[in-house]
Amino acid sequence: MDENALTNGQRRQSRARQVEFVIEAVIRVLGFSAIGFVTLIFIFLLREGLPTFFEVRLGNLFGTQWYPTFGLFGTLPLILGSLLVTVTAIAIALPLGVATAVFVREVAPGWTREILKPMIEVLAGIPSVVLGFFGMTLVAPFVRESLGTPTGLTAFTGALLLAYMSLPTIISVAEDALDAVPKSYRDGARAMGATEWQTIWRVVVPAARSGVVTAVMLGLGRAIGETMAVMLVTGNAARMPVTLDSLLRPARTMTATVAAEMGEVAQGSVHYHVLFGIGLILFMLTFVINLTAAVTVFEKKRRGGLR
Amino acid sequence: MPGLSLMRCLSAIESQELGVAPRRRPLAAGLFLFALTILLVGCGSWRQAGPGAEGGQEGHSGQSSQVSETIENKGSDTLVNLALAWAERYMELNPDVRLSVTGGGSGTGIAALINGTVDIANASRQMKSEEIDAAEANGVSPVEFVVARDAIAVVVHLSNPVNTLTFQQISDIYTAKITNWQEVGGEDRPIVLLSRESNSGTYVYFLENVVRMGREDSSLLFSPGTLLMPSSEGITSEVSENPNAIGYDGLGYVTAEQKVVAVASDAAGPFVLPSVATVNDGSYPIARPLYMYTAGEPTGQIEAYLTWVTGEGQAVVPEVGFVPLQ
Repeated sequence: MDENALTNGQRRQSRARQVEFVIEAVIRVLGFSAIGFVTLIFIFLLREGLPTFFEVRLGNLFGTQWYPTFGLFGTLPLILGSLLVTVTAIAIALPLGVATAVFVREVAPGWTREILKPMIEVLAGIPSVVLGFFGMTLVAPFVRESLGTPTGLTAFTGALLLAYMSLPTIISVAEDALDAVPKSYRDGARAMGATEWQTIWRVVVPAARSGVVTAVMLGLGRAIGETMAVMLVTGNAARMPVTLDSLLRPARTMTATVAAEMGEVAQGSVHYHVLFGIGLILFMLTFVINLTAAVTVFEKKRRGGLR
Repeated sequence: MPGLSLMRCLSAIESQELGVAPRRRPLAAGLFLFALTILLVGCGSWRQAGPGAEGGQEGHSGQSSQVSETIENKGSDTLVNLALAWAERYMELNPDVRLSVTGGGSGTGIAALINGTVDIANASRQMKSEEIDAAEANGVSPVEFVVARDAIAVVVHLSNPVNTLTFQQISDIYTAKITNWQEVGGEDRPIVLLSRESNSGTYVYFLENVVRMGREDSSLLFSPGTLLMPSSEGITSEVSENPNAIGYDGLGYVTAEQKVVAVASDAAGPFVLPSVATVNDGSYPIARPLYMYTAGEPTGQIEAYLTWVTGEGQAVVPEVGFVPLQ
């Protein structure tokens, strides 16, 4: 009787294990397939993009003139244009995003937080083409009239929209980081006689620093890859953004270039390879950015969640 | 037995992991559902694609049969409104014919023709020799039809006092030799240059015939400060919005919120506004033919459609702002 019950139990256990094994195997395959897809995409990019570096002289490829119809493939204005727009966007979004995260997590009363958090998530769901259209019809004329620029389609307009688009990412990740700061830190600061303000800015935010860095990195990754909104509002002029007023002049980003020109090129032509070359550069940039973010997260974990 | 022990070992590892992070379970279930959805959607679209493809084949092989055929027509954004108007009128007259018209640009349409995914490619420029080579390498020999004529209008903001420009002035403006409206008789305002994207047939035509003024040896290019708008719509909205702007686009796209400038090919010549009359009598200097291309000599429904387009269909052309063939 006793023996029988034991085998029954074992049997049940082994069947449960078999089911679990199958489910886990499926999930594992799915998980690894994500890595597989990234690798395949990278290989495809390499296959289509690498010929660029043999077909186009490097002096041309990293020159300052982008006239693909006439064999001038200078990608420098595009790379600098992307960097200008993205870095400005993050410079705008970082203080706003961290301040919002601090407000939502530390200051706002419970019911406000319950309203704000889902609202911020809704913000992330607005299609970029809608934002781009909004930017083209409302933000661009506003920028032209208020800043007195010749046209409202400028790098700055693009940066404004990108800042708005990367805010949800920055806010949620920064908020999670603030959330991870143990209560004992806050209690300790209070016990030392710090005010609420001092507790937040001197203790909680510095303790969540690496999380905030991750937030910025992820926001950067989101911003540099954004295409549609940027294509509609930056004016897409491939000029070198090296003068002081470049922020208030049109710019052309790598993403907008690929999106605008890919549909039109003959497959296998030099222009086609160059566009994939730009994709390759973009891929590397986002890879480095995400890697930096991952490394900060990893360091945070190793040090027990806090710095 | 070794299999069983391996399984135990694995499940031990797994349960450990799950023990640490029990939150993974719903995530995993979610992933599984997601994969299922993808699979199902994949199956669905495969099923949809099946009969559709068969229908297409039937249409092509059995011209005598009563099965209605869909003519795929794709390409130039300049031509898309005209192509749509033609298609609508033709389908009214011939209810058993289906026409599907999409834009995307001349290059897109030609690429689709080369790849064999459309029956008719619309183009606002002639096929380049390398495109013809690519088509022939793919076993497609494109046949050209001139279907209408188009004037390219130079447009400015309604409040701009400039009424006339010569080719030389336009060329200087687009190469940034002239950067203020004052230099061509306007107000003291910076000039904002607008152009279509470099893949547009209109871009190439305007560069070769206006900016370079038709000179083969000229290597002038649009100033790097030129704003390349991804659509005709972009040019329309910026020109009607911005008093500094100058743009160019097909006559069919000019709206009442823009001012059309009269142009002359040389300083002495008469300044002419674009219209059906001035294009037809040859006095408006920036006019070009518009094309349709088929893969090989057209047959059956496609031939009937093109015959109609270049014949009776020309009555539709002025309605959408283009110039009919004479």
